[in-house]
Amino acid sequence: MSTVKSLDDLKKIREEALKKQSLKATSGKTEVIVGMGTVGIAAGARETLKAIMDMIEEENLDEIIVRQTGNIGLDSFEPIVQVAVPGEDKVTYGRVNPDMARKIIKDHVIDGNIVSEYQIKV
Amino acid sequence: MRELALHILDIAENSISAGASRIRISINEDLDNDLLEIEIEDNGKGMNEETLEKITDPFITSRTTRRVGLGIPFFKAAAEACEGSFNITSKLGEGTNVQAVFKHSHIDRMPLGDISSTIHTLIIGTPDVNWIFEYNVNETRFHFDDEPIKQTLDGVPLSEPSVMRFIREMINEGIHDVQQQIVNEP
Repeated sequence: MSTVKSLDDLKKIREEALKKQSLKATSGKTEVIVGMGTVGIAAGARETLKAIMDMIEEENLDEIIVRQTGNIGLDSFEPIVQVAVPGEDKVTYGRVNPDMARKIIKDHVIDGNIVSEYQIKV
Repeated sequence: MRELALHILDIAENSISAGASRIRISINEDLDNDLLEIEIEDNGKGMNEETLEKITDPFITSRTTRRVGLGIPFFKAAAEACEGSFNITSKLGEGTNVQAVFKHSHIDRMPLGDISSTIHTLIIGTPDVNWIFEYNVNETRFHFDDEPIKQTLDGVPLSEPSVMRFIREMINEGIHDVQQQIVNEP
């Protein structure tokens, strides 16, 4: 089959990304972690993670590393999202639907304000 | 779970937990023979025979962590409810292979669902794994391997927004092309 997207396109994307001054080392970026165990997936974790990824694309957020992890061990609070800002304590949010995920990215990751009403104490 | 794509995501999570560095997800829709086959193969740490036997039974478990839960019995039950079959093989130190076959037209077969999101979230969320995704509908094939992408990126992270978009569009296009075959089926 013919692929419209080619690796040449990707090379250009890479060049553009490297030009941006904002490109930091991975260690300096905020990490957003979504729990993707069986319970999390059944509770909608994929949609939560997708909302976060969509927002990174839409808002062009290149200061974030998004990753998934297995079961976090808090089944009744799934889907769970954790935000780790460099130099700050990791914050855990529970029962995060896509709309809540967007608010967490906007308020916490972009503006630096923890969304305390979604936060769970672990 | 209401989508096969969510089961695939769940099984792939087991592979990640098993420390796999390469995971291959294969979907084969064989409309001529009325079959839908799903395969997830990894090179993780694998299981011994005893664990393997227990893993498909939801009521017997030796696990002390939540690493492997109800996902495999659910997936097995879903296949068997559709005149299908389920097979899991594993070898310690070599990896695990999970295969589920469904009767494609079976009334109880759940839809494949949003396979594009499943693959995209796996690739972006676990950048250390080499992901291979194969999707065939009859003779039309989509083969995706993220290794050349990572080589081309040469250090630029997958979570870079423009890279994320590129990969999403690449997967969407490939899946769309293959699924045209289903739309065109008389």
